[in-house]
Amino acid sequence: MTNPERVYADPSINMETEAYWEATKQNKLLLKKCDDCGETHWYPRAICPHCSSSNTCWYEGSGKGKIYSFSVMRRVEIPYVMAYVTLDEGVSLLTNIVECDFDNLSIDQDVEVVFRATQGDQALPLFRPVA
Amino acid sequence: MSRSCKAYIAGVFEHPTRKAVDKTIAQLHAEVAIGALKDAGLTKDDVDGYFCDGATPGLGGMSMAEYMGLDITYTDSTETGGSSYLVHVGHAMTAIAAGKCKVALITLAGRPRSEGVKSLAAKDYGDDLPERGFEIPYAPVITNMYGMAAKRHMHEFGTTSEQLAWIKVAASHHAQYNENAVLRDVVTVDDVVNSPMISDPLHRLDCCVISDGGGALVVVSPEIAKTLGDRCVKLLGQGEGIKHLNSGRIDLTYTGAVKSGPVAFAEAGLTPADMDYVSIYDSFTITVLETLEDLGFCAKGEGGKFVADGNLISGTGKLPFNTDGGGLCNNHPGNRGGMTKVIEAVRQLRGEAHAKVQVPDCTLALAHGTGGSIAQRTGAATVIMGRNDA
Repeated sequence: MTNPERVYADPSINMETEAYWEATKQNKLLLKKCDDCGETHWYPRAICPHCSSSNTCWYEGSGKGKIYSFSVMRRVEIPYVMAYVTLDEGVSLLTNIVECDFDNLSIDQDVEVVFRATQGDQALPLFRPVA
Repeated sequence: MSRSCKAYIAGVFEHPTRKAVDKTIAQLHAEVAIGALKDAGLTKDDVDGYFCDGATPGLGGMSMAEYMGLDITYTDSTETGGSSYLVHVGHAMTAIAAGKCKVALITLAGRPRSEGVKSLAAKDYGDDLPERGFEIPYAPVITNMYGMAAKRHMHEFGTTSEQLAWIKVAASHHAQYNENAVLRDVVTVDDVVNSPMISDPLHRLDCCVISDGGGALVVVSPEIAKTLGDRCVKLLGQGEGIKHLNSGRIDLTYTGAVKSGPVAFAEAGLTPADMDYVSIYDSFTITVLETLEDLGFCAKGEGGKFVADGNLISGTGKLPFNTDGGGLCNNHPGNRGGMTKVIEAVRQLRGEAHAKVQVPDCTLALAHGTGGSIAQRTGAATVIMGRNDA
């Protein structure tokens, strides 16, 4: 089931996150991990929040995960699903769930990344239930 | 027994307005300041410390100090959203104990109702905000973020909408006696769960009111308190903290109260069981439930059972809370409810709450503030107070 979707606002892009947003245009979800402590963190930063190392590097994530929690925002013109998704890589990110039945979502449900163009032709990663 | 303390709350004032179309924010700050100083038996010329939040017009407290004609030698404008004022109380305690000031004035004012409901949209701090690109395009607003916290708590612990509703029911029982409260009708669990769904599982009646207004506190040294009489309330302990998304290892089932509570109780040498009354930040029903667990009033996950069946209603429940009606029914001035939490706790300890909700022989009380979003970045602050003879 597909619900109408709003026009997505452009992300804020800066020197630390340029590579991430270049990759989303290629339908790739990048993550950052630290070469020193080996930990992945979210959202991606130049400095590792676990060990303060500057040796952080990009890698392509699986794009797969499970819903950690969600809330259907109903009192707006175009309702949408706010969610946290825990990726297979262990970090949770804020996102929207699309291509879904609002009344048939559940915590721990398997989801996969999907990309949408934003207002200014950037690309935004969102998630949909795995068929 | 008589406990020693570093500082006292000598004056409080809650602005009676709930919609201030004809007043400026600066004017509201000055009105609440005058009210709290009068309540303390002091004047503006006694004030040497000024505290305000980051939303106050001007750089820190500079513009308001000028507007109100204050002569200031100590200032603090720490911003932790709705918990700011309980942070300010702690910082005033420390400053007074260090001899940096003797009479600290803390003010809050806001007009979200007159200015339109800006509060539901996340404030945009521009591209310097590091998490911005990873959150704003997904349209997070305060209701859907707190909705996710509630949904996860239900998933992990079996908490129900009916249990959350009891928190609003208790607040409404108290608000019926408050002539200034925005919502004065007593509601039932059915009323709450049948009100329109805003962002599930939160219904309209799970949410706090939106109101204009403000409040002020006057914190003084023990030497000055001695000259002001027994309406002064002892400040026994304070704690604060920040909780965030922990580099992506998130847990939405608890709040920053896990940090602020233990520090405040340790400083006071008291435990949750010692509290006769509590003011708990109530932006939403879930905020109260998680905070009560985090402060140790019940075990984690047991909050639903703890709040049910009227346990928070003054006179019938074991833990009377928010006897002014709280943010859920009475007042949430400037979308920041911490100030009014302290004010109602002071009323209780002075025996000046409404007779229908006054806790008999109220000796020890706790006020807790929550700022920001418990499902993103949140500030927390806990203040433990005692009656003058506590």
